[in-house]
Amino acid sequence: MLAQNKTTPFLIGYRLYVIAFFIFLAAPLISAGAFAFNDSLFPALPWQGFTLDWFFGDTEPKLGMFHDRRLLQGLYYSFVIAIFVAALSVFVGTTNAFLFVRGEFPGKNFFYILMVVPLVIPGVILGISILVLASDTANLFEDRFDLELEFLRPGLLLVVLGQFSFIATITSLVITARLKKFDDTMEEAAFNLGASRARVLRTITLPFLRPAMIAAGIVAFLVSFENFNTTLFLVGSEAPLTITMYDRMAKVGSTPVLNAVSFFLMVGSGLLALLSIVVQRDKSSG
Amino acid sequence: MQNKDIKRLSLILLFAPFALWIILLIMLPHIGMVILSLKEKVAPRVYQYSFANYLEFINEPIYWNTLLRTGSMSLLVTALALLIGFPIAYYIAKIAGPRSRGGLFLLCLIPLWVSDLIRAFGWILLLRETGVISNFLLWTGLVGAPVEFLYNDVAVIIGLTYTVILFMIVPLVSTLDGMDNSMIEAGYNLGGNGFTVLRRIIIPYAMPGIVAGCIVTFMLTAGSYLTPILLGGKNSSWFTEQIYNQFITRFNWEGGAAFGMLLLLFTSLVIWLGLKLSGQTLANTVAKS
Repeated sequence: MLAQNKTTPFLIGYRLYVIAFFIFLAAPLISAGAFAFNDSLFPALPWQGFTLDWFFGDTEPKLGMFHDRRLLQGLYYSFVIAIFVAALSVFVGTTNAFLFVRGEFPGKNFFYILMVVPLVIPGVILGISILVLASDTANLFEDRFDLELEFLRPGLLLVVLGQFSFIATITSLVITARLKKFDDTMEEAAFNLGASRARVLRTITLPFLRPAMIAAGIVAFLVSFENFNTTLFLVGSEAPLTITMYDRMAKVGSTPVLNAVSFFLMVGSGLLALLSIVVQRDKSSG
Repeated sequence: MQNKDIKRLSLILLFAPFALWIILLIMLPHIGMVILSLKEKVAPRVYQYSFANYLEFINEPIYWNTLLRTGSMSLLVTALALLIGFPIAYYIAKIAGPRSRGGLFLLCLIPLWVSDLIRAFGWILLLRETGVISNFLLWTGLVGAPVEFLYNDVAVIIGLTYTVILFMIVPLVSTLDGMDNSMIEAGYNLGGNGFTVLRRIIIPYAMPGIVAGCIVTFMLTAGSYLTPILLGGKNSSWFTEQIYNQFITRFNWEGGAAFGMLLLLFTSLVIWLGLKLSGQTLANTVAKS
């Protein structure tokens, strides 16, 4: 299977395998998206004709996603959570990149592994461990000082922290990889020309890192938006979209409005992913 | 102008966010979870330290059976993802032309940007009794009545393999991409056949990528929640479901914490074994991809 100059029947078979694989990849996504346009009350065949009701319909039983208050609310909470997670993760990712690329301190390799570890902890475990610590702390304050720390109970803050706890690893790795490619002579030149440290950072080093920071931010945003396992344990009354959708799917049974949301999310994240690639591509030229 | 004090200060300032993150969100929560898992409720609001939660796990076959089942199915999914994914990664990295390579790689990544939930939803629509595949089979006349493909182990394995295979392909492509084609040619010139070249040259070279892919794949599978539950139905018996039941349904946090620790220990053990057997480290596998 490995030679480029092998007999053609083998290569044809290999190509067919690759094609079959991509059909396998696409099939569930197509079925999740396509039924959004089916004029039927159930996301299933037969095809009843094209409709946009599952997006824009404003009456039951065909309530479209843009008129469904709970779905819109979920979308809003997901968005808020993802923005905070992305901002926090990019900030910590950047400081981590400087720490591990520029810093010299004992135990650096050990700390570097510690930075990677959150990525190999199952998301469910991250969720429950943070839930346990936050609740213990809140209970402690309640018992000792009669203080009710509402923000340590399941809710938006815990969801943000829970997602951040492993997404920060992803952004750190992306930004570290970029900083490693930085040519130190560029900074030296600026210092020689009399620039201050802050100015060098602002005008040379950070602009160099910007593509990686933006790309890392987009990845963090998307990973946060999709996250379910960690969020499940930390969510309060403000349920993000994945949780709302899961409740619908598991309890109520699904109508094509879920397909409409799926389609919307696929297009949205596809565009964002494209954007992150465009930004990353700029870096090779700049 | 760069004196030592400034360097020390900036090092401390850079270390602070890292330390806060790792200590507050990773270390302390896990310590808290260990402590909680060692508590036993003897009366309302009265606890004592014991191994009761772990003993319950050992004494109740359904619990450890679920863990073993989760573990073995995760290993199966990891192996399937490697077997299916390796030829794809090899094709993208070595056989596809330079122009189609980027496009194929992007195509591979598309499902990555869609949440687990939507992927599982897509599979439900394909596999269920009223779903696309069942209808298609009816239409071709291969079957006489609708067939239910959902709510069994095969559906869970298909769904999980689908969900994680990208995390196998991406590190494989990036390792294979760095491999010099002349190494493969040299293998052939020295008289090796396709299989020998694969076994003696390509696989050893790709080992860091293989191990990285397997670790992430295994971890994601064993820790997954949505796919087994949505595709396997009520009796999917996945271990994360037990954790959820203890925590949320039964409000038995001590038991849930113990189960969480067991899952963590189990996955860590498997990952550690995998690293030892393949002679790799976490730093040169997962951290690189």
